[in-house]
Amino acid sequence: MASPDIHEPAMSSQVEGASDYIPVGTESQWQLIRRRFRRHRLAVASLWVIALFLLVAIFAEFLSTNDPHDVQARYTYAPPQRLHFIDVQEDSGWRIQPHVFGYKVEVEPEALRRVFKIDEEKKIYVRFFVEGHDYNLFGLIPMNRHLIGTENPRDPLFLLGSDRLGRDVLSRLIYGTRISLSVGVIGVILSLVLGVVIGGLAGFYGGFFDAATQRTIEFLRSLPSIPLWMGLAAAMPPSWSALQVYFAITIILSLLGWTELARVVRGRFLALKGEDYVSAAIYDGASNLRVVLRHMVPAFTSHIITAASLAVPGMILAETALSFLGLGLQAPVISWGVLLQEAQNVRVLATAPWLLAPGAAIVIAVLAMNFVGDGLRDAADPYNNT
Amino acid sequence: MPGKDNQTVLQVTGLSVDFHLGKATVHAIEDVSFDLRTGRTTCFVGESGSGKSVTARAVMNIVEPAVIREGTITLFDLEEGEELNIAALDADGPKIRAVRGARIAMIFQEPMSSLSPVHTIGQQIIEAIMLHQQVDKKEARKRAIDALAAVHIRDPESAVDRYPFEYSGGMRQRAMIAMALACEPDVLIADEPTTALDVTTQAEILKLIRELQDRFGMAVMFITHDMGVVAEVADDVIVMYKGKVVEHGQVVQVFHNPQASYTRQLINASLGLEEAPARPVHGQREKPLISARNVSLNFPPQRSWLGSKGSGVLALDDVSFDLYPGEILGIVGESGSGKTTLGRVLMGRYQPQTGTAHFSDRDGNSRDLTSRDSFRDKQVYREIRMIFQDPNSSLNPRMTVEQIIGEPLTVAGLAKGKDLRERVAKLLSRVGLSPGMMERYPHAFSGGQRQRIGIARAIALDPRVVIADEATSALDGSIRAQILDLLLELRDELDLSIIFIAHDIGVVRYFCDRVAVMNSGKIVETGTAHQICDNPQNDYTRKLIAAVPRPDPLKRKLMPPVAAE
Repeated sequence: MASPDIHEPAMSSQVEGASDYIPVGTESQWQLIRRRFRRHRLAVASLWVIALFLLVAIFAEFLSTNDPHDVQARYTYAPPQRLHFIDVQEDSGWRIQPHVFGYKVEVEPEALRRVFKIDEEKKIYVRFFVEGHDYNLFGLIPMNRHLIGTENPRDPLFLLGSDRLGRDVLSRLIYGTRISLSVGVIGVILSLVLGVVIGGLAGFYGGFFDAATQRTIEFLRSLPSIPLWMGLAAAMPPSWSALQVYFAITIILSLLGWTELARVVRGRFLALKGEDYVSAAIYDGASNLRVVLRHMVPAFTSHIITAASLAVPGMILAETALSFLGLGLQAPVISWGVLLQEAQNVRVLATAPWLLAPGAAIVIAVLAMNFVGDGLRDAADPYNNT
Repeated sequence: MPGKDNQTVLQVTGLSVDFHLGKATVHAIEDVSFDLRTGRTTCFVGESGSGKSVTARAVMNIVEPAVIREGTITLFDLEEGEELNIAALDADGPKIRAVRGARIAMIFQEPMSSLSPVHTIGQQIIEAIMLHQQVDKKEARKRAIDALAAVHIRDPESAVDRYPFEYSGGMRQRAMIAMALACEPDVLIADEPTTALDVTTQAEILKLIRELQDRFGMAVMFITHDMGVVAEVADDVIVMYKGKVVEHGQVVQVFHNPQASYTRQLINASLGLEEAPARPVHGQREKPLISARNVSLNFPPQRSWLGSKGSGVLALDDVSFDLYPGEILGIVGESGSGKTTLGRVLMGRYQPQTGTAHFSDRDGNSRDLTSRDSFRDKQVYREIRMIFQDPNSSLNPRMTVEQIIGEPLTVAGLAKGKDLRERVAKLLSRVGLSPGMMERYPHAFSGGQRQRIGIARAIALDPRVVIADEATSALDGSIRAQILDLLLELRDELDLSIIFIAHDIGVVRYFCDRVAVMNSGKIVETGTAHQICDNPQNDYTRKLIAAVPRPDPLKRKLMPPVAAE
């Protein structure tokens, strides 16, 4: 038979009929959303993870241990060093002093290749707030302090190993976080603007414009995305600087990413147009702009935020895929995708598996963003108590 | 089926159902006891939230997420002489599923949402039959056709293969009843089965249920909030209030000698609508405020890229009326008669193809409401205001009451800051709400309170005309009467003219000075409320009035009268 429609839940038993009913204090929409979001443990934890990634992106120069572009030919494919905390002195005492051990090079007799071994004799002390390579904090303040570093800048410190040119993988990963996250966020902001404006106009005015945008969206979504990105990326003039390529890639990604958001926005507008309270606002004499901004948009900002937060990982993955194929960002720009280019060769991976570290970063970031997006989606509509 | 009459088929004793909401527990119903007897109709009456629906669901043991705390529900098998305690069964077990649909069947308020839109009516009835009876598909189909014929659906052989959207509201409810009765249950639970229907359709459905009851001899548990319906169909009445039974008796006794004060209140609220008080005639008949002439509106057919289909819908067909200052003009008709469209035309949402509707504004200018230009400077929106039907959807859930009521004042630039708060406070106390509530959100208010907020918003700009579109039809009896009285007071105080759009002609007699009856886009009759109610000239008006149930079991119009005992 039919599903039971519970149109008289117990809540209303206190509400109806009694004119002396005094409701308890009520919370605003955002308070309700926050409360429901907090109940989603995984989403809350993921939010902290994302906050960590953002901090890393903002303070990349300060956090990096080496200059990511610094080529140290002596240390190609150096394995990760383990960070030790307890320093046992020769005179049998001990103290807490973080340090790593240096490398010694041996030559394998059969293959005749150089192999790095950890040299327990050579202690390299790691200090906080040491001076290292120069940088401008936030692009403005000239500094050379770093969170951690070696006492002697010439000593090696490769916590995640080094790559083909002896560059520090950890530092490159930290710099890559900035580029990859910003591509995702800026790309989503661009597609959000496009999606909200186009979807909003289509939903609010309907008619021919609506039909035209819907068909356009359907056309765009029917195109296979990777060949299309490749085509657009290949069309970029090779003379462009790394920065220009970066913006071009972001724009290409968002030009294709707005369709999903436009659909969400259009759908919400269509649904809301029929609501009595929107009619009421029109009858209150409110202008179209006020009706949209004051009465309609607040009803789905939470949905937009959700859709956007779910779109960011997609963008990041798209950038990674393009760069991995060598069509996206180009060296010397560092992004996770560019870093993974290093890991394209199986033989390289066999000798230097730590080059996959950017892959782990991508997985963690994308998962965390998806969890947050899910949590937001569940919390987004506190009035739909299902 | 004589011989099967008046035997107890279901006995409920001491039934209590709890809802667990977080840490709190809400008693949905407490200590409810009653019998259902074959061939008799027991009406459960009470306002929304009184626990009548929960009681019905408990009888089928589908109260989730609530739990049955205590009590027994005994279902008697009259042929085998066996007993079954439904309350003790596993809510998902095979035993209770053998009862649901087969021995206790239920019909719901919303026939559209209770029927699956992707299956034909026939498939749904056949499924119900094959679940409970050992018959093959061909036989089940035959029985389904018989069931449709029994509920008077025309041409049942082809109707069985149609989808619910091809049925009208009344036909859907008939199909639901056919489905419920396909297995010849002992108990039929009807949960507000006619609330969503027009009065004439309601009358047909009530007659149908009675006829089927006479034929199959089942016990009917009829849930409603409408005292008129109770008076028409009930043998026994149970009045519920806040989860408890406050009165239990035979229908004549309950109506003519009520014991509980709450029952008296319910009856008075419904009688008030039936018998209009003598009021001075309102409205000077000099110069009309709104004068509509020959308004016709044709909704164009759905256009697609493949060309247009059909010729559109003639929503308003040559409509003319006058609204005089200070009068309440009722516009009555069933759903689809064009009354809501008419209201929207006056508010400038639709522009009719022909006709004029002249409104003389405060400055004495005449504005044609059928032209978009009249609304451009928003002056009309200050003088003509609207009250909506559904108090849930007409208030923005994301704005506080202060913002909602203050919105027209803010938009018009009449007040802001502290001044705005004061005006909102005044408006709130004017509609009978405490000004201290202005920082709350609409979901903290009951339906009646929300409708008061809607009224406060409507009168915020000191309007001259208020269009109330079914403003009271979503409300329960006594609350409806309160809202109507509030509107009457405001009319006198603020010198309002009200266009009252309603499908309930009972409300109209109490509330309106003049009435226009609409049927398929036309105004078929206009007159004073008394003329229309007591001496209708038009056939359609007569049919409409005859279908309104009277809240007096001794004056039944639709059913055979009860023998006074």
